[in-house]
Amino acid sequence: MTMKRIIQNIATVLSIAVIASSLSSCRKDVISKVNQYPSLAPANLDLNADTWKPVLVADPTVFTVAAPDATTSPAYIADLNEIKGYQRSLTDDQRAVIKYWSAGAVLRWNEIMRELVAKHNVPPYQNPDGTYPAPSSTNPFNYPEFPFSNPPYAARAYAYLSAAEYDALIVAYHYKNQYNRPAPYKNDATIQALIPKSDLPSYPSEDAVVAGAAVQIMKMMFPTEIDYIEQKAEEEKQYRIMAGANTRGELNAGEALGIQVANVFTARARTDKAGTAGGNKTLWANLASQTTAKGETAWVSLETPKRPPMLPLFNKVSPFLFDTLTVVALRPGPPHSTGSAEFAADQKEVLYYSQHATRANEALVAFWADGVATYTPAGHWNAIAADEFVKQHYSEVRWARNFALLNMAEMDAAIVCWDTKYAYFNPRPSQVNNVVKTLTGVPNFPSYTSGHSNFSSAAATVLTYLLPDRGTKFTDLAQQASLSRLVGAIHTRQDIEVGQTTGKAVGQYAVQRGQSDGAGIGN
Amino acid sequence: MMKPLLKHFYKCIAIAACVCASAQHASAQMENDGIMIPKNYICAGPMFSTSSWTNYWEGTFKRNNGNIGKVTTNMYSFMATYGITNNLLVTAGVPYITSKASAGTLHEQSGIQDLSVNLKWRAYRLKTDKSILSLFASVTGSIPLTNYEADFLPLALGSHSKDFTARAVVDYSYGKAFVTGSGAYTTRSNITIDRSSYYTTELIYSNQVELPKMTDYNFRAGYRSKYLIVEGVADIMTSLGGFDIRKNDMPFPSNRMNMTSVGGNVRYRIKSFDGLEFEAGDNYVVKGRNVGQANMIHGGLTYIFGVAKKKKVQDKDSFKN
Repeated sequence: MTMKRIIQNIATVLSIAVIASSLSSCRKDVISKVNQYPSLAPANLDLNADTWKPVLVADPTVFTVAAPDATTSPAYIADLNEIKGYQRSLTDDQRAVIKYWSAGAVLRWNEIMRELVAKHNVPPYQNPDGTYPAPSSTNPFNYPEFPFSNPPYAARAYAYLSAAEYDALIVAYHYKNQYNRPAPYKNDATIQALIPKSDLPSYPSEDAVVAGAAVQIMKMMFPTEIDYIEQKAEEEKQYRIMAGANTRGELNAGEALGIQVANVFTARARTDKAGTAGGNKTLWANLASQTTAKGETAWVSLETPKRPPMLPLFNKVSPFLFDTLTVVALRPGPPHSTGSAEFAADQKEVLYYSQHATRANEALVAFWADGVATYTPAGHWNAIAADEFVKQHYSEVRWARNFALLNMAEMDAAIVCWDTKYAYFNPRPSQVNNVVKTLTGVPNFPSYTSGHSNFSSAAATVLTYLLPDRGTKFTDLAQQASLSRLVGAIHTRQDIEVGQTTGKAVGQYAVQRGQSDGAGIGN
Repeated sequence: MMKPLLKHFYKCIAIAACVCASAQHASAQMENDGIMIPKNYICAGPMFSTSSWTNYWEGTFKRNNGNIGKVTTNMYSFMATYGITNNLLVTAGVPYITSKASAGTLHEQSGIQDLSVNLKWRAYRLKTDKSILSLFASVTGSIPLTNYEADFLPLALGSHSKDFTARAVVDYSYGKAFVTGSGAYTTRSNITIDRSSYYTTELIYSNQVELPKMTDYNFRAGYRSKYLIVEGVADIMTSLGGFDIRKNDMPFPSNRMNMTSVGGNVRYRIKSFDGLEFEAGDNYVVKGRNVGQANMIHGGLTYIFGVAKKKKVQDKDSFKN
């Protein structure tokens, strides 16, 4: 072969390779669904939201919101000029920021929280001596970083975020109605509205109220992320200005109000007993011995080295929807005795699913696993809710109120579920029979009742109330979530069925609250 | 952890496994070596490999894990090579894989994995008195044959992607000594997982996962004669993207999986039963990132036979490298 021929041959093969590569690999950019949400254009402004029942705030007038500058004042004119300055030369990146945030403040901050939960939902690695270090809120950057955002921690974080935003918006609506200032694009015809126009008074800014409240809650819940959180808030405020939706003065007033209202919630959170929910060695040992004393098999960690049980005192955390006595009242009766025939029959069913794993069951289990490095079951229900809420074109305040109902139910479901888990300290199927292999990781806490079932039934109860036209959609999903734990060989049928009952009961408290908070179910 | 990389390994082995002898000359062939088989010959046979690891790397942090113990993956495959011309061959292989952990509760996995097809072309051959220099170009495509769960690391059977690999090989022999070097580039299709969101370095709301492209450099050298090949092999596989497993986090299909391995192979053609050849080898990961430190032992048996009617191959040397 001549050298020319060789080069031709090699060139031919290379071009075939390139063509085949482009045909065969069909790589597409992965599009995150949340980036495709449309701009928020509320169907109803909910101007009467200042009459809705808040969660913690008793009186909106205790919060200071200074009267806005007159629209003829130099300060206001300067603020308008700032908007015009941005709008003269918006970059593609800035337009992308507008598009992102225009989907809604409550929605986006909920997503940011979900992302932080997923990021920090990694259990600590053991010490050389086989013990486990605990994250410390006073030293959050030390390994393991604070927090380990496990399911109860996450449910509580979502609840505080949503409830604080909701109360902050109710107060904001009080002042919006009081000051009744129109949006910048209504005061100055040369300012464009780069998002759907709204008749909602723009002082104080609802976006900044939400950002101020969200930042305060998140700083407490995720102290290693303060830089990221503040960057997001800055971006959001800039978005409002670039979009012509708010002046800087409206944003400053909103942010200050959001912070004030959130401080009521962070004060509650600091004393809600979540900080001591991890318990101690003596408590962990007592949980086992008191179960054994009853003649029952006590839960044992299935991890190596054995990890202390997750948040055994989470039952002491102050719920939002009812008092601590109700937590005990909602506790279901004991599970089948570990020595009983009923217990054996339940275990046999789990073994069957373990030994007959189908691809469909694997998919079901993976879809609902919501384990390590995910936003947890409560986050999954927030994602499900957000997809539906987007279609409803809610106002910001209704978004906040509906997330508050959902997430207070999720947090309280976690409290009630954890109360049950540690009251009975019931073993996992894989502990009872080590032949039981699971289709996802086994969580490090007792079996009875199923956390997924509590979270899912509580969420489905709230969402079915909020969106009755969806029929059985949410209860069907909740049923799937529960079932995934049985066919995944994580839980017995009793674990999931009783968990569903408790979850529904907790959800019902949120429904009752929703029925009496003055908001109704909206559009 | 990190089955996708091991899967890639298996594919190399699957194609490597065609250890084929002709009537005239023993000639093993694989994607990354310098050997062909003659026109109108088929070589086919079973292959087995077992791979296990206890230590693995989370990013660059090396550890073991009492919750999985030792992960063992067995592969049973069948493959066949056909000589289209003396300078062009096609190889196809299908593995059945089982994968289990010795500790913890995770459910073992098993099933047929991916079909891979390789086309290898000898583009150039220069023979002098004692030495031969050959250049090869090869392309490999693979597609999953079953709906196995890719998002079940470390026990997943594979990454469940459609892969395409282009490789260039240079082979030089002097007498019975040889050296071979090759470089490859692999693109992988997005995969669909069973979840609606996943965290990498950000939370992505999709069931689609983009897998990093990969490069592979393979070097082998040793002794190659009519009846026996003994060779040492070094392999460097690198992900061009992906993210690290954080401390005590779960592995994910789009992790940045790198590994450097060394090993050796022996291939032996039986003189008394023409066309039958055995092959065995061992391969050990010496350095890695987001992969298990696997040791893999493999063995295979192949038989070669002509399919052209009475058409004698004319150039004995064409079976050589």
